[in-house]
Amino acid sequence: MSLTKYESFVREPLVDGAKTYSTVTEDIVYTIETKPTRLWYIGFVLSLALLSFGVYAIYREVTYGVGQWNLGRTVGWGWDITNFVWWIGIGHAGTLISAILLLFRQGWRTGVNRAAEAMTIFAVMAAGQFPIWHMGRVWLAFFVMPYPNTRGPLWPNFNSPLLWDVFAISTYFTLSLLFWYSGLIPDVATIRDRAKTKFRKLFYGIASFGWTGSTKHWQRHESLSLVLAGLCTPLVLSVHTIVSFDFATSVVPGWHTTIFPPYFVAGAVFSGFAMVQTLMLITRKVMNLQEYITLGHIEAMNKIIVLTGSIVGCAYLTELFMAWYGANIYEYDAFFKYRLAGPYGWSYWIMMTCNVVSPQLFWFKKLRRNIEFTFIMSVVVNVGMWFERFVIIVTSIFRDYLPSSWSLYYRPSIWEIGFYLGTFGLFFTCYFLFSKYFPVIAIWEIKHVLKTTGESYKAKMENLEKISAEEFYAETHHH
Amino acid sequence: MTIKKFVVGSFDDEDVLFPAVRNVRKAGYKIQDVYTPFPVHGLDKELGMRETRLHTAGFIYALCGLITALGFISWILTMDWVQNYGGKPHFSLLAWIPIMFELTVLFSGVGMTLTFCYLCQLAPFVKKHHFSPRATDDLFVMVIECTPHTDIREAESFLAAAGAKDVNVQNAEVGWWFGRYDMDRKLFDQNAEVVTA
Repeated sequence: MSLTKYESFVREPLVDGAKTYSTVTEDIVYTIETKPTRLWYIGFVLSLALLSFGVYAIYREVTYGVGQWNLGRTVGWGWDITNFVWWIGIGHAGTLISAILLLFRQGWRTGVNRAAEAMTIFAVMAAGQFPIWHMGRVWLAFFVMPYPNTRGPLWPNFNSPLLWDVFAISTYFTLSLLFWYSGLIPDVATIRDRAKTKFRKLFYGIASFGWTGSTKHWQRHESLSLVLAGLCTPLVLSVHTIVSFDFATSVVPGWHTTIFPPYFVAGAVFSGFAMVQTLMLITRKVMNLQEYITLGHIEAMNKIIVLTGSIVGCAYLTELFMAWYGANIYEYDAFFKYRLAGPYGWSYWIMMTCNVVSPQLFWFKKLRRNIEFTFIMSVVVNVGMWFERFVIIVTSIFRDYLPSSWSLYYRPSIWEIGFYLGTFGLFFTCYFLFSKYFPVIAIWEIKHVLKTTGESYKAKMENLEKISAEEFYAETHHH
Repeated sequence: MTIKKFVVGSFDDEDVLFPAVRNVRKAGYKIQDVYTPFPVHGLDKELGMRETRLHTAGFIYALCGLITALGFISWILTMDWVQNYGGKPHFSLLAWIPIMFELTVLFSGVGMTLTFCYLCQLAPFVKKHHFSPRATDDLFVMVIECTPHTDIREAESFLAAAGAKDVNVQNAEVGWWFGRYDMDRKLFDQNAEVVTA
């Protein structure tokens, strides 16, 4: 009796093509060891231009004050906090992919985790700019830290969600950075050991920390990444939960809802995966990595997008139901008069269309595996998620309890927009540099799964398929 | 700062490596280490290493973070600068959970990573001897340390028979030193050229 077929009908290979360990290295390191393409230069210069515009916008804001922005009597949080929450949300996918999917033993994470983690770090860097510069007198930003000072010492309020945010985001940034870099060290060592130029020997020599690949070091490395993944899993959930507390613990109708923490976390994962899709689809094409970031990877992420998009849609409807069922006239007005309708009604319907209606198309397998459609959807979702934050923030506060203080129609000034564009510049400048100087795919993790997936696995197993079960037993147990 | 003599065998397949490690150890050779391009599961057990206790350190750091946060916040809000926030109790544990959690995670993560770097001697400008440049690419490099009783010829042929694709003998520094990978010399050179055979 022969053994049954080894090839799975359900699971696709994680790596396409017949790869060996050395071709994996060659493929991924190729872009690091060659001159960047013209497309890379164009993208990089554009990002730098955006970044400089952002720096100038911030210069205006610091020199002339927050009055450079069109914030008014009631809309004290506008584009800046919208952008902050948006970027933080995007920064959730990386750690979700690398931590939660590691704990769930999802093999497909290996293709995308490195770039997604890098994206997380850059997104959190971009997010952090907004609360810092919104402080106005930014040179006093260190007042948020609890340190012995000459003002009493006067301590920050540890019961305030805004201070929780300081701790949550700085912890999240630190841990994401450690997780990302500890995974990067062995790959940097790979580049160092094949370096031909003086610069690469020096740079990757310093950055690899003297990594040798010793078995004991690998054993500790595995322990470290497993525990960091375990720590990052509740951490990534806590970050957006705490961001949602900034709103949920207030008494503003439209913000004062207990559904916020899970709703924000789902939204964050939703937008984060959309941004990973946007970047990955470009990266795999430009860097010729289609065999490592396969259609299977893209489909898996689209499944998460449709799931989280539906959770977000569920939350929107729950909010509406509670606003009606709760019988609080202020909450009812906040939702049914100023959100669904009113001067900002258009933004609510953009949000609904982009976040809830259009992702439902991903129930079709054909569309989940269509690259062009996925790319368009990934942008649509991020537009929708930006509007979600805009809707939550602006439509809840532009008309408060006292009609005499209602603001004029809030629209951003050029410096608010410039600041936002500047964070795009920061994000993409960092991403371009990362994709040029560091491996965008975790080389050692791909090698780790190589023998259990794809062509090389099939070749090994094809011989076994021919022999009988008794021979197989004798073969595997003769040691 | 001792320089020792090693017999180095490079394998290109981990399925060949495992029986080789077993046989080399059975023959009584002292394996200094096996250098691999990725973590090979089960190799640590095959080499007779005990499980790392790094995660225990992580747990202790986590406790430190938790105690620091709880102690610090409760000292500030109930003793050092007592303030009335909306008539709520000064000792309001529920409101401190977020920061207590964050510091627990922060201390554990940072502490563990630093301990990992310390144990594995990893830091910028740290340099070590690499037995094969391909140990980070596609080869599994087994290094046998020579003792006064080791017959080097015999060890070489033993490794070749066990399936090593390449076998050579190297004199190498065992520890780490400050150095740069674009320069051969050490940053702080010490002339200890003792070869223990």
